[in-house]
Amino acid sequence: MKRILEIIVWAAIALAGAGALAAIAFERREPLNAVWFIVAALCTYLVSYRFYSAFLAARIFALDSTRATPAERLEDGRDFVPTNKWVLLGHHFAAIAGPGPLVGPTLAAQFGYLPGTLWLIVGAALGGCVQDFTILFCSIRRDGKSLGQIAREEVSNRGGTIALLAVLAIMVILLAVIALVVVKALRESPWGTFTLAMTIPIALLMGIYLRFVRPGRVLEASIGGVALVGLAVIAGQWVNASPSWSQVFTLSAPSLAIAIIVYGFAASTLPVWLLLAPRDYLSAFIKVAAIFALAAGVLVVRPTLAMPALTRFADGSGPVFAGKIFPFCFITIACGAVSGFHALIASGTTPKMILREGHARIVGYGSMLMESFVGVMAMIAACALQPGVYFAINSPAGIVGKTADAAAKTISSWGFTLDPQTITSLAQRVGERTLLDRTGGAPSLAVGMAQIFSGTIGGEHLLSIWYHFAIMFEALFILTTLDAGTRVGRFMVQDLAGHAWKPLGSSRSTAGTLVGSAAMVGAWGYFLWQGVQDPLGGINSLWPLFGIANQLLAAVALVVATTILLKMGRARFIWVTLVPMAWLVVVTMTASYEKIFSASPRLGFLAQANQLAGQISSGAIAGAAIADTRRLIFNNRLDAAVTAVLAAMVLVLVVEAICEWIRILRGRTRPVLHESPYVRTRWAGGNPVWSQEAER
Amino acid sequence: MSKVRSISTNLLRGGWVWLRQVSGDAAYDNYLRSTARQADSGPPLSRAEFYLDLLRRRYSSVSRCC
Repeated sequence: MKRILEIIVWAAIALAGAGALAAIAFERREPLNAVWFIVAALCTYLVSYRFYSAFLAARIFALDSTRATPAERLEDGRDFVPTNKWVLLGHHFAAIAGPGPLVGPTLAAQFGYLPGTLWLIVGAALGGCVQDFTILFCSIRRDGKSLGQIAREEVSNRGGTIALLAVLAIMVILLAVIALVVVKALRESPWGTFTLAMTIPIALLMGIYLRFVRPGRVLEASIGGVALVGLAVIAGQWVNASPSWSQVFTLSAPSLAIAIIVYGFAASTLPVWLLLAPRDYLSAFIKVAAIFALAAGVLVVRPTLAMPALTRFADGSGPVFAGKIFPFCFITIACGAVSGFHALIASGTTPKMILREGHARIVGYGSMLMESFVGVMAMIAACALQPGVYFAINSPAGIVGKTADAAAKTISSWGFTLDPQTITSLAQRVGERTLLDRTGGAPSLAVGMAQIFSGTIGGEHLLSIWYHFAIMFEALFILTTLDAGTRVGRFMVQDLAGHAWKPLGSSRSTAGTLVGSAAMVGAWGYFLWQGVQDPLGGINSLWPLFGIANQLLAAVALVVATTILLKMGRARFIWVTLVPMAWLVVVTMTASYEKIFSASPRLGFLAQANQLAGQISSGAIAGAAIADTRRLIFNNRLDAAVTAVLAAMVLVLVVEAICEWIRILRGRTRPVLHESPYVRTRWAGGNPVWSQEAER
Repeated sequence: MSKVRSISTNLLRGGWVWLRQVSGDAAYDNYLRSTARQADSGPPLSRAEFYLDLLRRRYSSVSRCC
């Protein structure tokens, strides 16, 4: 009886999900309500978690909860800490959830809601979750080793080096592009700039409290910090209203870029307890709370999506970024569907904390489903805006013009009605001077979030507060990723520099710290500066570059995973990683080719460089503008070279892995797995950490 | 009524424990329990020493994603 009931319940969930997906895909008569998206996403997640992840856990990995994990065998209370699975789920989710699943879907909404939503849901269930789960499993079986170490042992030495270089490259581009998102959101915005600036002294206060007053009392420091940040958001409106103070905090894009570069260098070189760690605590709290609030707000408000299922920009002529749905939708939405960066977390701290192998399913697969849901929420928030407003905010001035009248005229010519007064009054209602040319996704997401939040609490009266809360929340955790990423990048650079001159490799060496930080900040700062100077807004070229780098890293992770499955004797089942890997290789190689060689100057780096060079030689550009144009030409050629190098590295790894697979399948080489030996767990029942804490 | 109260108390307590664990507030308590379980672990670090050690380790590798 119970079995029959279970079958009925799961059949009902599957049917509800399929029905909602069908409505999203085929309903064209009237605008869809967000509830369809939530039902489609949640039902697909439930079915894929219940059946597909169970299949992976039982048939492919054969997760064994009698096998002691690294957290048990190597327990030291510092790195290797046995942790309750729900706590670890929270840790892992907080680590993987960054700005990517919010910004990517917002940008991809230019194609309409359909392609992005389908990719978010299906890509996560069949690709991203599989990657995270597989790499977590592989790392657990290898004492918590990193992706680079696993690649070196299981594929080849070269594979390990490629993984490390890919990580460094992706970090440079990632940090540049997320810094650019902050610049675009805070440019000429005294309220937003003041609020974000205030998070620095608040973090310093928290750092001193946690270091000297009450060491390690994270909760009380964070609660105080969050309250102060709330006050800063409210105080921002007074700064905005004051003529003298608003002038102090009104910064141009180049000034903001310089401020962020200086900040990144300081955060990387200052003691970690003073600025980086307290900011991270602050941002983690606000990030998780804001994401849950967004989900709750969408459920309460249930907005209707104004964006069509597919827009005319499916043909590649979109103003937000250039390129057709294939491959650029799958490059733009990276983190909400498949993110190579997750493989670094799944082979970083998480495998060292997992209590039972069986917990890898909820932590690896489950947390990626949660991240995908964040992406769906961002898509809903972006598509709930009137399309005209969405395009006015996200299109660069180089395409739609600098004034509300010009933007309205251009956007209306695309078939999206926009009254100049609408965008001007919306800017006033959210407390901004203008919302035009705010590319990067963050401001339009903030407008969408503010409308959802104000529909739940406060109404129109609190719209500007909610908008600036959303901007602060996005900028705060973007800068936290920037701090932490710069610091880790600094260690990587120091590792490399240490081969040339040993003292530079020491993390305690002042010269090494300064050189490593300057190199890392200089690298991402260069790309940031390039984005700020770009007449098309920068996001147009940098976000696809980031997406390509991230998806290439995912391809690397899935190549490693496929090799391990083959070595485990699971050749019958290698499609679980091989299919997403092949898809990612096809998508990234096509995108790389188009970004380098497309004849369209808006899309191809070389075509744009050649067009600009032609303009100089024909005399169309003269005087002082020539030097700027030459710099743009150099930047385009540099972007083309970076894309080519990334693609070539991954092709080398794929070819090398395929050779290894053929050797294994033909029996020419004996597959050697580098797993740690089986040790039976001593903790047969219960979780020592959770039960002792809860009993107190 | 008492059952409802008991369930609510357990939920609140569980939520509090979860929050302390996830936020890192309970990290030092976990560390002390862990060192107590190991016979050869030597004298434990003080709370302040442990906090600095924890931060140094956490921010030496990729701890935040995109």
